[in-house]
Amino acid sequence: MKILVAVKRVVDYTVHIRVKADQSGVETANVKMSMNPFDEIAMEEAVRLKEQGIAKEIVVVSIGNNATQETLRTALAIGADQAILVETEADIQPLAAANILRVIAQQESPQLIILGKQSIDSDNNQTGQMLAGLLNWPQGTFASKLEVQNATVRVTREIDGGLETLRLQLPAVITTDLRLNQPRYLSLPNIVQAKRKPLRVVPVQELMVNIQSRLKTLSVNTPDKRRAGIKVNNVHELIQKLKHEAQVI
Amino acid sequence: MKVLLIAEHDNQHLKASNYHTLTAATQFSHELTVLVIGYHCDTVVHEAQQLSSVNKVLVGDASEYEHQLPENTAIFIADIAKNYEVVLVAASTFGKNILPRVAALLDVAMVSDVVKVISPDTFVRPIYAGNALATVQTQDAIKLLTIRASAFPITPSTDNQAMVEKVPTILPNTLSQFETQELTVSSRPELTAARIIVSGGRGLKSAANFKWIEQLADCLGAAVGASRAAVDAGFAPNDYQVGQTGKVVAPDLYIAIGISGAIQHLAGMKDSKVIVAINNDPDAAIFTVSDYALVADLFTVLPELLTELQSS
Repeated sequence: MKILVAVKRVVDYTVHIRVKADQSGVETANVKMSMNPFDEIAMEEAVRLKEQGIAKEIVVVSIGNNATQETLRTALAIGADQAILVETEADIQPLAAANILRVIAQQESPQLIILGKQSIDSDNNQTGQMLAGLLNWPQGTFASKLEVQNATVRVTREIDGGLETLRLQLPAVITTDLRLNQPRYLSLPNIVQAKRKPLRVVPVQELMVNIQSRLKTLSVNTPDKRRAGIKVNNVHELIQKLKHEAQVI
Repeated sequence: MKVLLIAEHDNQHLKASNYHTLTAATQFSHELTVLVIGYHCDTVVHEAQQLSSVNKVLVGDASEYEHQLPENTAIFIADIAKNYEVVLVAASTFGKNILPRVAALLDVAMVSDVVKVISPDTFVRPIYAGNALATVQTQDAIKLLTIRASAFPITPSTDNQAMVEKVPTILPNTLSQFETQELTVSSRPELTAARIIVSGGRGLKSAANFKWIEQLADCLGAAVGASRAAVDAGFAPNDYQVGQTGKVVAPDLYIAIGISGAIQHLAGMKDSKVIVAINNDPDAAIFTVSDYALVADLFTVLPELLTELQSS
């Protein structure tokens, strides 16, 4: 079967972000960018399904500016067979992203679409669910285990109270949680090979999708910083403070 | 304004999250509708009737809705949501799973993890693991919001008796099927509703040592949390995870033991009222947010803590 993986280029998770002085957003110029960690897990899962002989082909797609090609090359080095960049300079919100991915899914006809459950920049956790809704496909969100069996996929999901297992009819949309797998390190031969794999750039206008932002960001601010408190010397002092000063126990 | 609150429940009781979501809902209106979808969920409907400021409870009760799978329930909700201006649900795994699908069906944007309602169309939500707060305005006629429980206090129930209206629509689900659930059974308070949380990290070194955290929690009547590192290492189950992508908590007292304090973990607990950190590394990031810092070996501290708390 064919798997479509959607990845997003985000500010690297190790970067301490800075809010712009004019409160218009977060500084992204001259900041290290990487593949969203949850999308890396999505990519890894697709490659494992291919290594098990379950998947035949992996197509990776991303939406963004020209620099996003770099993120797609990383996905190709992990093991995607071909990449599609839907090129735009616009701010793409989840509903627009889902609409773009819907068109790509209709063109590519995958049996499985795997995405990260959220991107670590906007933290929305919406795109996969929206895409499933637009396609009227079943969804397995926050997945920590996948088993493809015939025309179905068995998904174990991380939910607030523990774990839940569902069986979905294919085609289906999966969003990944942290414990689905441990992504591999890239090998040099794979990085070199990735440069020769096909990467198609599609201007977003060609897809005839409404990408207008529905949410207007009025301002972005730094939250009130918490100040470090005091040092206590031992357990006895700690308990006395909690009892008499903070009065929480 | 016409405001709809989607109830989160297990067919027996309303989850604690609803009482927080209700507080957010009352900032729009004091004549709210609650939607209960499930199967054999009469006790839930009864609890929903008693919620303060609620005057109508809509009920979809059918075996097709037993596990509230989004493939059919999102269609059910979208059909009802069309008649409302604001639709709210807790930003729990239930709300996060279902509301974006409803949004797509209605072709409206959705606002995730609302921590503050500024006006009926303007909200504050955290981005970048809570390291920035975005103020966003929706342009859509229907506002779909998931509410971060830790940012809103609870509204207790009253002797209210809201009217009940059954919604007879039955939508089959041919796309997905429920198989099993493995829920962590615990007599401890729910993590997101607890007054005190004791959380353990990689410093515990093993699942056996993690039992110290549980003992300490039981001694304080607390819930147990964990860092991602502790969950990944198998010391604690996934539903204990506190952080950017796990649970976001704001208890009166948060005790972090053997947790270094990655920004992703801080994102899930930095709004706690009082934070205690115990770690043998004086440079651990957790100390930058703690009110009381104890730099010490946790294996010496834990037995002492237990003895002293038990004796007092």
